[in-house]
Amino acid sequence: MAQTTRREFMLGEGSGTGGGPQNLHLGVGPAHPAMHGIIRIAAELDGETIVRADVEIGYLHRAFEKDCEQGGWNNAIPYTDRLNYVSPLINNFGYASAVEKLLDIDVTERCKYIRVIMSEISRICDHLTCVGASAMELGAFTVFLYMIKAREFLWELVEDVTGARLTISYGRVGGVKADLPDGFADKTLHAFKQTREVLDEVHRLLTGNRIFMDRMVGVGALSREETIAYAITGPLLRAAGVPYDVRRAQPYYVYDRLEFEIPTQKAGDNYARYLVRMAEMEQSMRIAEQALAAIPSGPINVDFEGRPIDPASYVDRGKQGKTEGLLLLPITLSPNLQGQERPELRRVNVDDKRVVLPPKENAYGSIEGLMNHFMLIMEGYGIRPPAGEAYFPVEGANGELGFYVVSDGSDRPYRVRCRPPCLPPLAALHRMIVGEMVADLVPTFGSVNMIGGELDR
Amino acid sequence: MPILDELRRRFGDAIVETADHRGELTAVVARDALPGVLAHCRDEAALAFDVLMDLTAVDYQKFPGREDGPRFEVVYHLYSIARNHRLRLKVRVDEDDPSVPTAVALWPIANWLEREVWDMFGVRFEGHPDPRRLLLYEEFVGHPLRKDYPINRRQPLIGPAT
Repeated sequence: MAQTTRREFMLGEGSGTGGGPQNLHLGVGPAHPAMHGIIRIAAELDGETIVRADVEIGYLHRAFEKDCEQGGWNNAIPYTDRLNYVSPLINNFGYASAVEKLLDIDVTERCKYIRVIMSEISRICDHLTCVGASAMELGAFTVFLYMIKAREFLWELVEDVTGARLTISYGRVGGVKADLPDGFADKTLHAFKQTREVLDEVHRLLTGNRIFMDRMVGVGALSREETIAYAITGPLLRAAGVPYDVRRAQPYYVYDRLEFEIPTQKAGDNYARYLVRMAEMEQSMRIAEQALAAIPSGPINVDFEGRPIDPASYVDRGKQGKTEGLLLLPITLSPNLQGQERPELRRVNVDDKRVVLPPKENAYGSIEGLMNHFMLIMEGYGIRPPAGEAYFPVEGANGELGFYVVSDGSDRPYRVRCRPPCLPPLAALHRMIVGEMVADLVPTFGSVNMIGGELDR
Repeated sequence: MPILDELRRRFGDAIVETADHRGELTAVVARDALPGVLAHCRDEAALAFDVLMDLTAVDYQKFPGREDGPRFEVVYHLYSIARNHRLRLKVRVDEDDPSVPTAVALWPIANWLEREVWDMFGVRFEGHPDPRRLLLYEEFVGHPLRKDYPINRRQPLIGPAT
């Protein structure tokens, strides 16, 4: 067959041409500059209109659920950090709560408040990232910088509490790793003040902005019925007019004692999602402020007296059997163990030897503490929930984050299933983009806030 | 447990087992009756389970005491926005014939969730419109979340056909 020249093709002559207009197949991704996240959309275009789209995921699959089955129950905590890596604290607490439900234990009051405060701070970080990134993809780079600046204020708080910014591993079955640091409430209120200033600026820049509205209003819309049928939860469902929020519908921790509103919109398009997220950040700050005001502190119960002792010499004396007087002696711990002392641990962890590590001074200083520590850490021992199953939903930043755990009574999870909140919106993404322009793909994809770590697990 | 009572009354022997554990309602359903039970749960006004929150499976091959029994359990987590209640439905399937009727006609989200279960466990969904793998690639051999799939098995990454 003769090669068709470019001229013939343009004129509609020669072989391989004619037969009417042909659709163009366009592969978007897996690594595309206008999309944050590794995903491939195989689109079919008629002119600039998307007529068919097939969404392919799995590029970040790393066998989270299989990995969880390999180690002890607490070993899965670091893996949960990497699910939704923008708000890892919520994942930590969700998983820990599922295991606690299996064990039928109730965490301490202070721990519940800490979990609420940290969850809300994470939620704000997540929404800031989502709104900032999607605004940037529409050309509003200033908004991205402002919002990342605000996220920085909040991540500093997270860093103060957990010692890390992203892979925080702060939750524990039965409590949290350590108590809040000194002066945390003041710092948080200050950070919220700065965040509110940023949100005001962003409102002035985006809400009502002609360019932004043109790109967002009426784009990527999904009807209320379809949103429900696709099991979409979180801001996307609330933007479609359904006020479903796990924190209100089935309250966990202390959410039933705190006042907050559930912002909803009616349109279900990208602009409604943006408005819901902006309003939710304010509500999250409200929740965290109330929780900070109500968190029970009480005096630190020091039930022993003695002089501080260096842990190395403490261990040396213990090894030589000179344990007299060592029990209950306070020791100065190295900085990376700070917050592991008895009074702090007592406040934030349940008093249950089956699940919570003993305070470090017990582990170093008494044979019972050491045995307790070993029984939880050594392979073949550890936390052993009774055989059974439990599902625990929490409100993640993107919607209902559920952990379904199955135990066979051993020290390892038999099955850990994470219900990722951003999988349903991605399953419905083709419904949002088909019939719209290629350029509308970008704001729609930004507004579903896909997080690869959670989507692909 | 009005929900479980209602299901037992309506479906009789098709409800193999029920449990109410820590406030979580569970019903094990016979495979043949599954489409009817799911449709009833969605459409009955008193139940109104309009959201298929999650669909997954568990491989019970190495579960103490259940090594001989049906190997897989496909687990449906239902939620009702209007009634604000939850229900877990389970279907047991054998290793020889790991297949379950699809629920795509009831909830479109089942499309992807069933693809993931096929991908990870090798449980087929009869009548599924698009039975491809979801997370892994088509050339992948085996189903990694099965208990007899070793975690350290390596498989070649197969790129797109050139």
